[in-house]
Amino acid sequence: MLDLIWLVPALPLAGFLVNLLFGRLLGEPKSGIVAALAVAGSFAVTAGIFFDLLSRSEHDRSHVDVLFSWMPVGSLKVDLAFLADPLSITMALFVTGIGALIHLYAIGYMHGDPKFSKFFLYLNLFVFSMLMLVLGENLLVTFLGWEGVGTCSYFLISFWHTRESAATAGKKAFVTNRVGDWGVMMAMFLAFGAAGTLSYSGINHAAEEGIISGVTATAIGLMLFIGAAGKSAQLPLYIWLPDAMEGPTPVSALIHAATMVTAGVFLMTRVNPVLEVAYDWAPTLIAIVGVATALFAATIAVAQTDIKKVLAYSTVSQLGFMFLAVGSGAYVAAIFHMVTHAFFKALLFLGSGSVIHGMHHEQDMRKMGALRALMPVTAITFIVGWLAIAGVPPFAGFWSKDEILLFAFAKSPVLYVAGMAAALLTAYYMTRQVIMVFFGEARWNDHSEENGAHGDFKPHESPIVMLIPLVVLAGLSMVGGAMQLPFSKDLHFLEKWLHPVVEFGEADIKGTWAYDNKYVLLGIAIVVALAGIALSVAVYAKKKIAAVEPVLLANGWHYDSTISRFMGGPGRKAFDAVAWADRTIVDGAVNGVGRVVQSAGGTLRRGQTGAVRNYAAFIGVAVVALLVWFFLRGVVL
Amino acid sequence: MSLLAAGGGEVLSFPILTALVLVPLIGAVATLLTGARRPEVTKLVAVFSSVVTGGMSLWLLASFETGDAGFQFVSKHEWIQSWGIGWHLGVDGISLFLVVLTGVLFPLAIVGCDPHHDEKPYLAWILMLEAGVMGSFLSLDLVLFFLFFEIVLVPMYFLIGRWGYDQRVYAATKFFLYTMIGSALMLVGIVTTALLASDQLGRVSFDLVEIAEGANFAASTGRWLFFAFAIAFAVKVPLFPLHTWLPDAHTQAPTAGSVILAGVLLKLGTYGLVRFGVYLFPEAAVWSREIFLTLAVIGILWGAIAATMQTDLKRLVAYSSVAHLGFIVLGTFAFTTEAISGGVMQMVNHGVSTGALFLLVGMIYERRHTRQIAELKGLQKVAPIFAAAFMVVMLSSIGVPGLNGFVGEFLVLIGSFSTARWWVVIGATGVILAALYLLWAYQRVFHGEPDEANSSFRELRLREGMILLPFIGLIVFCGVYPKPMLDRIEPSAKALLVRVEERAGFSAPDVIHAGDDGSDDHGSGDHGADDSHGEEG
Repeated sequence: MLDLIWLVPALPLAGFLVNLLFGRLLGEPKSGIVAALAVAGSFAVTAGIFFDLLSRSEHDRSHVDVLFSWMPVGSLKVDLAFLADPLSITMALFVTGIGALIHLYAIGYMHGDPKFSKFFLYLNLFVFSMLMLVLGENLLVTFLGWEGVGTCSYFLISFWHTRESAATAGKKAFVTNRVGDWGVMMAMFLAFGAAGTLSYSGINHAAEEGIISGVTATAIGLMLFIGAAGKSAQLPLYIWLPDAMEGPTPVSALIHAATMVTAGVFLMTRVNPVLEVAYDWAPTLIAIVGVATALFAATIAVAQTDIKKVLAYSTVSQLGFMFLAVGSGAYVAAIFHMVTHAFFKALLFLGSGSVIHGMHHEQDMRKMGALRALMPVTAITFIVGWLAIAGVPPFAGFWSKDEILLFAFAKSPVLYVAGMAAALLTAYYMTRQVIMVFFGEARWNDHSEENGAHGDFKPHESPIVMLIPLVVLAGLSMVGGAMQLPFSKDLHFLEKWLHPVVEFGEADIKGTWAYDNKYVLLGIAIVVALAGIALSVAVYAKKKIAAVEPVLLANGWHYDSTISRFMGGPGRKAFDAVAWADRTIVDGAVNGVGRVVQSAGGTLRRGQTGAVRNYAAFIGVAVVALLVWFFLRGVVL
Repeated sequence: MSLLAAGGGEVLSFPILTALVLVPLIGAVATLLTGARRPEVTKLVAVFSSVVTGGMSLWLLASFETGDAGFQFVSKHEWIQSWGIGWHLGVDGISLFLVVLTGVLFPLAIVGCDPHHDEKPYLAWILMLEAGVMGSFLSLDLVLFFLFFEIVLVPMYFLIGRWGYDQRVYAATKFFLYTMIGSALMLVGIVTTALLASDQLGRVSFDLVEIAEGANFAASTGRWLFFAFAIAFAVKVPLFPLHTWLPDAHTQAPTAGSVILAGVLLKLGTYGLVRFGVYLFPEAAVWSREIFLTLAVIGILWGAIAATMQTDLKRLVAYSSVAHLGFIVLGTFAFTTEAISGGVMQMVNHGVSTGALFLLVGMIYERRHTRQIAELKGLQKVAPIFAAAFMVVMLSSIGVPGLNGFVGEFLVLIGSFSTARWWVVIGATGVILAALYLLWAYQRVFHGEPDEANSSFRELRLREGMILLPFIGLIVFCGVYPKPMLDRIEPSAKALLVRVEERAGFSAPDVIHAGDDGSDDHGSGDHGADDSHGEEG
């Protein structure tokens, strides 16, 4: 089964090619079915590989499959090769699994869109790229996928490209990610210089053996983190993700919640030995950036009114939790949260898509309310997702978030407190969203005209293809926590499974206060989650406390607008200055020389009068001048 | 190991290299001899001779001996014996793909672009241009090279001056004078080189290989001579700050002129720097590397920033060339196998992707009669296939992995990192800017709702698609499987570096191999080249 690993990315690629050549011919819904089947097939193969690996002994769970030599030159030997190990297969499983569900959902959601087949073309290409990213045996294959998902993300964000805001958001995502990509390139160069290879096994081996020095490892780690901050929307590069909501909602669910944005976390986990040998302040910095992002984005989510924007900032915040885990050496917890987050955030996005679909493309939560009766399946599944993200046991998010905060406490209580504050806000803003959308009074009747509905405007439940993925994901969000339960070592399934990949970098927190009192922390987490929910209910349902939604938060602390202003103002002026200098100084000098030569020629031409007297006079003057010069020179010397 | 090792000895029955130069030349004459009443015959003759040349270049590629670093298919005949000038042609891994690119690009440019008037002289000039470019890439004699290098200017001058746009005379004159001044310096350099070398060779000879092998110039002399060559090439590349002729020439040239100018003509500069700069004067090249590295990196950023602010689509692509060529120069003066191989690869890749971009911009102009970005809008809605083609080519130019542009750029950067670290750190930010200027332009031209003038924009026609297909095929193939190219380039790049190391004492630090068989051999990792710029002369 392991030898079939190439099939995993090959199937979506085949789906892409079929839709490229025959997409228009197939039309709706066939092109969508082809695409969904390709990803489902990929999931089946991945599952087979998973069970194959599971049947092997722990240190035999790594298999490299070389397709061909990609860039062999000098001492650089890069293969197009895949690595099947617990980490890559975990990633591939949820990428293909959730990917297939979202493909299915999109068949319903994109119904009637004139570019139906093109949507699935991009979506398949995205899944292919994402699989290259996670299955890559070396940094360069991962980078191929890394840029590939970025490109697909660009295509899909600006899918409705006639809308100016969508086009701008796509471009912004690509360019911001490129800033991060610069970091990844630098990391590759450094790693190649220090380890002589780009393969993960080679780099990690070099780190474990001490061949990569502390300073180089720190540089590699931080450069990769710049890349991760771009792709996974961390401070200061998160600005593209909220705008990315311009894309169709299945795209937001698949790319901008479940899979692509977690690539940064994956990459850091991949090279955990490098981070381990880096100076201590490097992981600490990552943890600080992570928790700062988690808190920062959560405060913004509190004041958003667009149903998808809330979820977007929530994603930024949850990714911050994952980086808090990475920085605390809790790689298993990071992956754990990545997987549970993929379940419940995909669920929430798809749920919001179902709401938007049912509300005839209305995204403003202020115009929703009381939808639970009209969209029962959507409402129930959304509520499951809400409980999962809010951290209510026994739903999936509770366990993974708790695990992260446990490690954070072991690293520093300050990180723990900040993380807990973000968790409180999460429970608060998600409850707010659920109340605004599904409970309270119906506010959509007042706006029926704007929504383009004639006469009776009535939100409706979505078709069955859209509901199946919701139900499946709701189920996973309920039981997902079972893969890593804190009660006993025997229940740490994920930890045991990932052990060979993270054994070098994983922090050992046994003996810390946090570890010894983990049930206390568990209790605190429950109290905080319930407190957040209760507070939100008091504000938005019972209306006992006035809502606090300052403009400052609604506008995201003016961070994004400040950057835009800088880019449009001084940034643009600086660029203009270069263009101006090129025209007037560099080119001006060239034309200046040209003019000088021309006018000198013109002047000299006037000397050629043809009159012998003039020539004689000139010669005479010159002779005298020369004599004077010789004379002076003689005297001076 | 001598670069000549495998040369000379090989005698071929058919002088393929000579034919590569002569066929387009004969084609040019034949084109002129065709009757004025039958324009289709004229076109047929031109297409035929360029296709034959292209076919021969492909045959050359197929029969090129992989793994051989020296010159192959050498054709060597005495010409002006008393002055030591010979008809000496040869091809190695560095020139091979430039020859193939020339062979492939010209027929596509001839078929794909329409001059609109005076087709006969137009085609003749293009074929003459092809002969000149071929000759330049193949010449192994300094005088012969100079002749071809100069011949190239004449057809290009007329192509811009007669078939160009409104400011064509200004642009053509500027192009001609600017490059001419560089060439004048080179001529002085060539004559001086041969005369100085004659002391050691025992006779006057302009043979490149003979001089390189037999003569060793004193450090200061070598540096003067090197600069005489290098300035001519720097103008041609063009290297910052000698680049301002390029946007004018590109903008005013007819589409075929732009395609050829970007595709192969600029490579005369980078190729010349490698072949006649580094190869002939390794000590001087090493000595001056920081100047070139710095100018290259400034060019990358300057070109990209200037490109961002252009309002004319063609000018934008022209400035992007300045940035891309900066990468090639960076790779050349990093003196590592990866970087030089990457640089050579990038010469070809840039030719393919920028050539295709100019074709596409030309197609836009044919339809809309404007190149102003502000006057174009929403084209993706009315011409999605055209937009898709543009997108693929653009992504190649941005350097997205999986497409050809990435391979060259990446190899240049990773190869240069060990010997020119800080230049790479700064130069690599060029990839961010590349995304910025191209995506911004794409958004303004293709995204949005088309206005009235753009809503009748015609979709890509079959004939245009057939012209673009080879470009897109190459873009994907070279990005996914660059190994065949690299296998052929690498030996020659290595041989060149051996020479640099022997003559100038410059070598890249050894790379530690932790990933290979065991972990113990990480010994001599840091005997570096950091500051030992071969000053021991």
